[in-house]
Amino acid sequence: MTAPTRLIASTPFRIVVAYLGAFILAAALIVGFVAWRANELLTANAVEALAAEVSSLNEHLQSGGPPALATVINDRIAEPGSNLYLLSDSGGRRIVGNLSVMPRDMSVGGAGHVFKYKRASDGPSGRDRLAVAVARSVQGGLTLVVGRDVEDQRRFASTIGYVAFWGVGLLAAIGVVAGVLISRSMLKRIDAVTETSRRIMSGDLSRRIPLDGSGDEIDRLSVSLNAMLGRIEELMLALREVSDNIAHDLKTPLTRLRSRAEAALRETGDEGHLRDALAKTMDEADELMKTFNALLLIARLEGGAVAESMQPTDLAVIIGDVAELYEPVAEEAGLSLRVSARESLVLIANRELISQAVANLVDNAIKYGSRESPAGQAAGLAVDIGIEIRGNSVAIIVADHGPGVAPEDRERALQRFVRLEKSRSRPGAGLGLSLVAAVARLHGGSVRLEDNAPGLRAVIEMPMVRQALASDAASVARLQRSPEPA
Amino acid sequence: MHQLAPQHAGEFGKTMRVLVIEDDRETAQFLQRSLKENGHMADVAGDGETGLALAREGGWDVLIVDRMLPRLDGLSLISTLRAEGARTPVLILSALGEVDDRVRGLRAGGDDYLTKPYAYTELLARIEALARRPTPEEQVTRYAVGDLTLDRLSHKVARAGQAIILQPREFRLLEYLMRNAGQVVTRTMLLQNVWDYYFDPQTNVIDVHISRLRGKIDKGFAKPLLHTVRGSGYMIRDGAD
Repeated sequence: MTAPTRLIASTPFRIVVAYLGAFILAAALIVGFVAWRANELLTANAVEALAAEVSSLNEHLQSGGPPALATVINDRIAEPGSNLYLLSDSGGRRIVGNLSVMPRDMSVGGAGHVFKYKRASDGPSGRDRLAVAVARSVQGGLTLVVGRDVEDQRRFASTIGYVAFWGVGLLAAIGVVAGVLISRSMLKRIDAVTETSRRIMSGDLSRRIPLDGSGDEIDRLSVSLNAMLGRIEELMLALREVSDNIAHDLKTPLTRLRSRAEAALRETGDEGHLRDALAKTMDEADELMKTFNALLLIARLEGGAVAESMQPTDLAVIIGDVAELYEPVAEEAGLSLRVSARESLVLIANRELISQAVANLVDNAIKYGSRESPAGQAAGLAVDIGIEIRGNSVAIIVADHGPGVAPEDRERALQRFVRLEKSRSRPGAGLGLSLVAAVARLHGGSVRLEDNAPGLRAVIEMPMVRQALASDAASVARLQRSPEPA
Repeated sequence: MHQLAPQHAGEFGKTMRVLVIEDDRETAQFLQRSLKENGHMADVAGDGETGLALAREGGWDVLIVDRMLPRLDGLSLISTLRAEGARTPVLILSALGEVDDRVRGLRAGGDDYLTKPYAYTELLARIEALARRPTPEEQVTRYAVGDLTLDRLSHKVARAGQAIILQPREFRLLEYLMRNAGQVVTRTMLLQNVWDYYFDPQTNVIDVHISRLRGKIDKGFAKPLLHTVRGSGYMIRDGAD
């Protein structure tokens, strides 16, 4: 589309044109009505004045007869800017007056008659002038015509019409120009949005719609579109990170698995050996599945998929159950597992996910809580699991007395795939804490790693906000009502 | 350790008639072949409508239903069957493993839910458990394997007449193992049925619980009852190794 056509097709331009059309129509109606009414009024005034003049002249006629009337008329004619007069006999011949002849079509005794005449002072080539007159039969078969020149009034009216016409024309011109300008500026801003979206579609996700700072509706729309673009970019980055991580974390064990199978295949020998290799391969495949599932789960949680199966869940029960599950493992590692959450604390949460998060923390605490312990002896050290209420939020705390995590590493430890120890031998490790973080975020909370002096305190803090609970409960109810999607 | 090589389950349990409703031909054929090797009979349906028609013919011990099927999706198939009164146990296979998906699957009438990718041993253990699951009418109150007995009502466990004290969770663990006596029970099955957890803990916590239980029921007895099945899980049974 060419630029002018685009301009004409633009919404602001159309609005301006429609508005202008309506305005001109309204203005024409009003001006026309006013002009018509004014003319009517002036003409009526003139006719009334003429009637008064006729009756005044009639009195002169009655008191002094026709000669007196003629004198009066001649006197009046002599005055500058006088009315028009004609006194004619029954044959229609002029006796006295400055009108040469009675206007045609004029009826005697009728209402005011509008006609054109030429002024004697203008000569025969003078312009026609507009006048209004009344004619009355008076004594002696005479006819008296009294008129008034309304040429000035007509001129004034036509000037008004002229001014009105050009005024409206000027208005229309200014309107069209303004329309073009407004459309152009609107188009420019919309084009900026279009251009941005086109750039984004072609792959440049970092583009944002420029704001003009006016805070108007387009600016506000741009702000929310930009926020949406930011979220999309975030998700895209997360997705890219996930695929990078999948490639990174699954390739190594997959390669190992393949080499092992290959080596077993090459080896000729006893069945026990082959069986052994196969069993190891299967173990590795299982670990791969775990890693894969953890990755998928984190990606899904971080994608903002709200777990629909949120329901009232007792955190104390969750913690007790997880502690019970891990108690034998802790004991084997020479640790004691202490639970300090006896009172029930019900929160709308996903039991499965919270359990998994707590299990991951406890798992870590057992793995790292005993190693390199200060006195070199693991026995007697404890892993503490507890719940604390902190203002409007609830904190699940898992604390160990191991070597802990250096303050500068704590933030990093919560990211996917970061393992603070260098070895990457254990598949799936390194996902644990980031899964905890994802679960916490899903519940509107966060995870912090703190110093347990000595050791590490992992804290999952989640809000106990009513509205959030209500909306979650609503989504649970919705899930229960709705038919199962295929 | 009392380890067993992976066994043909058919040697322990009865022969099952299994209907595999799965659109991926390779997976379906692998399942069919493997089930036959394990002494079971298996038929395959490649889409939901064929699957439903075959399932309606009846006579199946267990159905394996993929969640996403051409023509008629897995969940609709199951709910149709259930609405018609069929009570054949159903194992749902799905690539979707989220909590909500599992809940939906079970609500539609599935009896168990297995997420892809799965280990064949896991699937086998689960369908065997499903096929042998007692109906409500035939609930057993007392289990016995060899000289080990468990009373579900009095919560008493004894071996060779000697009372054994178990923690509540150990009791439930043993109960589940004994209910599936002679059959492989995987770690995941134990986590799901005894602890009601559907995630994989990073550490093999189940192994430690099993070794504790083993210390209580097998220690000091000549013949071990609780066996580890390599690559699969555990099995409680009375019989020669």
